[in-house]
Amino acid sequence: MTSTPAYAKQLRQRVLELCSRKRTSHIGGAFSVADILAVLYAEILDITADEPDAPGRDRLFFSKGHACTALYAMLELRGFFKGYDLLEQFTENGTYFTSHVNHNLPGVELSTGSLGHALGVSCGSALAGKRRRQPWSVFSILSDGELDEGSNWEAILFAAHHKLDNLVAVIDYNKIQSFGAVSEIMNLEPLADKFKAFNWEVEEVDGHALPALQDVFMRFKESRNGRPKCVIAHTVKGKGVSFMENDLAWHYRSPSEADVLKAISELEAV
Amino acid sequence: MRNTFINTLCDLAEKHDDIFLLCGDLGYSVLEPFAARYPDRFLNAGIAEQNMTQVAAGLAREGYNVFTYSIGNFPTLRAMEQVRYDVCYHAANVKVVAVGAGYAYGPQGVSHHTTEDIAMLRALPGMTVCAPADAGEARAAALFMANHVGPGYVRLNKSGEPVLHDASRPVKMAPGEFVPVKDGQGTLVLATGAIVTPMLIELRDNSLDWALWSAPFIGGYNRETLVSMSHRFQRIVTVEEHQLSGGFGSSIIEALSDLYATGVLRQMPKVERIGVPNTFISTSGTQEYLRQVAGLTLANVSR
Ligand SMILES: Cc1ncc(C[n+]2csc(CCOP(=O)(O)OP(=O)(O)O)c2C)c(N)n1
Ligand SMILES: [Mg+2]
Repeated sequence: MTSTPAYAKQLRQRVLELCSRKRTSHIGGAFSVADILAVLYAEILDITADEPDAPGRDRLFFSKGHACTALYAMLELRGFFKGYDLLEQFTENGTYFTSHVNHNLPGVELSTGSLGHALGVSCGSALAGKRRRQPWSVFSILSDGELDEGSNWEAILFAAHHKLDNLVAVIDYNKIQSFGAVSEIMNLEPLADKFKAFNWEVEEVDGHALPALQDVFMRFKESRNGRPKCVIAHTVKGKGVSFMENDLAWHYRSPSEADVLKAISELEAV
Repeated sequence: MRNTFINTLCDLAEKHDDIFLLCGDLGYSVLEPFAARYPDRFLNAGIAEQNMTQVAAGLAREGYNVFTYSIGNFPTLRAMEQVRYDVCYHAANVKVVAVGAGYAYGPQGVSHHTTEDIAMLRALPGMTVCAPADAGEARAAALFMANHVGPGYVRLNKSGEPVLHDASRPVKMAPGEFVPVKDGQGTLVLATGAIVTPMLIELRDNSLDWALWSAPFIGGYNRETLVSMSHRFQRIVTVEEHQLSGGFGSSIIEALSDLYATGVLRQMPKVERIGVPNTFISTSGTQEYLRQVAGLTLANVSR
């Protein structure tokens, strides 16, 4: 069994390889969400690669579909892509490895890439789970930028009103969106208070502190108290590679060979 | 063509001091010059396309000539009802600009494939739909939209498209009219958007003596143009990087059929449509690859 820190490290290494080899964007948002995914897939989600669609599985919806490399790498590490070659096939003609999350791949619940869709769909899944008195949970990972979308706030109202306590939303709060800082484009603060005012249970956590993530996810998953849960994960865009951290350019750039060499040594040193 | 459109708009905004540009958190390395030159007439509305469209309608009613800018489906389908009700019904002076027409963002997946927008936008009363084929048409589109008062839609490919028209002079184009690209006999290939140039290449490579026209504007066709076109050609092959249902080819059939039904046309030309066969392509691929998968080629048209 791979340890959670090892997953997080391997995940970032794979993301780096994918983005550099296939010249794709969005490495910053993949690195910011890497630790969240590692904890969920290593310790929290009840899922099995042998039966990706098992009716009793926990559902994970990945709303920030542009950061697909992180989810693809995680699913690969967890053995979902047997018979595929992610590194070879990513973005290639005729494969399902599109550069936004594709539900035609095993282990992927929903195609995402248009922001602000997954939380509402998560509500539908969670509602079905409640109506059928199912024990499984629904996790939904959102970016901070996509909280601009009204569709998310409709879902946030809905989840609380319908007491979807089997739903956990995780906000990857990396403070940067496509064309600048979140605080300058559309300020979200006070974010925790907003969720509280909408009748959600909220906790803020360092989104790179693996034990803290594990602790809050576990508690939120088990608690059925009539309220949906929100984890506001304070993260760093580009986390793990110093020259990518907190830099908008790495929403777009793909790493050159020189970048990769520098990045590998930093990731290795962790 | 995206850069040409935005740069032209940027220059036009000097004289047209009512032009206001709203973006949906997009435009890195494209919109900065506009934002720097006209900080009072630029705003990033955030990742909130429905609200961006509503704000555009509000700015328009206060006298601005508003351009909204985002990727393919986001300023269009995502905000469809706002475009219909706040913009079109109120005849607001708002131009919706979408970048990434058809499969321009091919490897990014279905979220980014813009293949239903023509059908949806052209259904809206008062909407002028424009789909430039190259940078020259994009420049003319910016000029047209800057001067046009009322709802407009500009469907841009992205970047790197080959030049179609003689770049040394401005492309002459107007709603209802087509732009001749190549002369020919019997069959007219009538195409819209960035797919026009690949059609020209196919005709040349296969030494086909067919005519090719570009249709930068969709809908509202000039009746005389359609009549003379129908007299000149026995067959019309429409081509679009868009679903067949309700798209550009449909708009041509509708217009011809209306003329035929009312007796203006005594004979309907045969119309063959090339478009996406009403399907989503869920696999990755370059624009060229996905065009092939969708069958957007003249290969299947009988010779
Ligand atoms: C509806 C919609 N509008 C616009 C976009 C274009 N887009 C892709 S990523 C992005 C924002 C990235 O910032 P954020 O959402 O905070 O993601 P992260 O920082 O986690 O990468 C935008 C605007 C989109 N994918 N969907
Ligand atoms: Mg962000």
